[in-house]
Amino acid sequence: MLELDLQKQMHSSTGKLDLDIQLSVAQHAFICLFGPSGAGKTTILRMLAGLTQPDQGRLVVDGETWFDASKKIALAPQKRSIGFVFQDYALFPNMSVRDNISYAVSKGQNSWVERVLELTDLAALQHRLPASLSGGQKQRVALARALARKPKLLLLDEPLSALDGQLRAQLQDELWRLHQECGLTTVLVSHDIGEVFKLSQQVHQLEHGKIARSGTPAEVFLQQRLAGKLNLRAQVLDIRREEVIYVLSLLIGQDMIEIIAAEEEVTGLKVGDLIFISTKAFSPLIFRQ
Amino acid sequence: MSFFGYDWQPLLLTFKLAALTTLILLLLGIPLAYWLAFSRRRFKPMFEALVSMPLVLPPSVLGFYLLLAFSPQNGFGLWLAQTFDIRLVFSFAGLVIGSVIFSLPFMVHPIQSGLQNLPFSLVEASRTLGKSDIHTLWRVLLPNIKSALLSGIVLSFAHTIGEFGVVLMIGGNIPGITKVASIAIYDEVESLNFGAAHFYSMVLFAISFAVLLLVYGSNRRHISALSR
Repeated sequence: MLELDLQKQMHSSTGKLDLDIQLSVAQHAFICLFGPSGAGKTTILRMLAGLTQPDQGRLVVDGETWFDASKKIALAPQKRSIGFVFQDYALFPNMSVRDNISYAVSKGQNSWVERVLELTDLAALQHRLPASLSGGQKQRVALARALARKPKLLLLDEPLSALDGQLRAQLQDELWRLHQECGLTTVLVSHDIGEVFKLSQQVHQLEHGKIARSGTPAEVFLQQRLAGKLNLRAQVLDIRREEVIYVLSLLIGQDMIEIIAAEEEVTGLKVGDLIFISTKAFSPLIFRQ
Repeated sequence: MSFFGYDWQPLLLTFKLAALTTLILLLLGIPLAYWLAFSRRRFKPMFEALVSMPLVLPPSVLGFYLLLAFSPQNGFGLWLAQTFDIRLVFSFAGLVIGSVIFSLPFMVHPIQSGLQNLPFSLVEASRTLGKSDIHTLWRVLLPNIKSALLSGIVLSFAHTIGEFGVVLMIGGNIPGITKVASIAIYDEVESLNFGAAHFYSMVLFAISFAVLLLVYGSNRRHISALSR
């Protein structure tokens, strides 16, 4: 559905970066671009949308050439069948939720606007202005507006990064549902491994402007990270001595745990340090929440 | 025309000039401010400097060069006189052109900074929703900089009322055509007619104050509406 081979030289805060990306995405796939900030994820998304001009290469979507440097073809964003959800949502502050959504729709399609409001569960909020909405609600409006144009390609630029845990999980479910109901091909930029696992069938890991690894989330993340071991990143909250041993209080994600450590392990360690702990992954007890 | 024994014509002429100038500046200022706000052309600073020139230049300099340009003896003025039979020197039309140039920064600067303070992602979002940039300007950008537009309108209007040097240079002092209130004050003082000078001065003083009060008052309302 989507064939991409694009090059661009970028000047980022960390210096020059040569972006050189080859990708192909199947119809109705949900793929994810994953990587540290500054790796070029957002730029790829913007090149797909036509908001940033690549230096070289070509981009073909659904048999239609959107960009071809050798033939000097560069379709304007207006001509591309896309929905783009910006990191800052970019809702129009002067328009109500309903007006934001119907802005994207041609006149006389009120029933479709109703349907989008219903699909995204926004009917009750339709007359509110963006300034009066919570982060999660704004995100839903941005998504609804992007879908209102019935795009072939949905582009999401870290849409959930500003939201907290539970809301995030809820919106991830909603995103997945909409992706399927609307028959979309979706490209998501994310740096949250949990999100990538939950949503995408294919993940492309970017490093320094190139795709370092591609595959299912399990193929990309699990093999390299876990080999019968649990490796966890933790922050030291407290170190205390009990008789001959030390007890470390650690923060892992949003959870606090305590582990036992020997004297030589805690020497030089202080509160606030980031550490890795590694433990065997055999036969842990598994409970359902 | 006279009420209370004073000639109101200079005041009416002043407001006619200010209203016309403001209208023309609004039509001219929005596209210019839009271009200055979003263009990345290399020669943009040159245009920014040119637009701001009336802020630092003595009005007499501008008036002098406009006088030369409009003069039917040479160049542009001669061409205007020969092709269209238009003479801009010592005419109301000449005053309007001079005022538009002289008040340009007062319209362009507020609109330009209003546009620049909006997140550019609004423009990009509108593009991805299939809308042209002109559509975006009318439906998204301008409605979100209403207070900047009001500032531009009011400041241009007030600044045109307060104009003296340019008007004197290119308009002279022709009653009913180019004799605006600021010139009338000068005229009355010269002929030691302090009563009339007071009258014009008080009216200008009151109107300028009221106009500026309107800007600051509405800006505060706008800000408190946002923070609610």
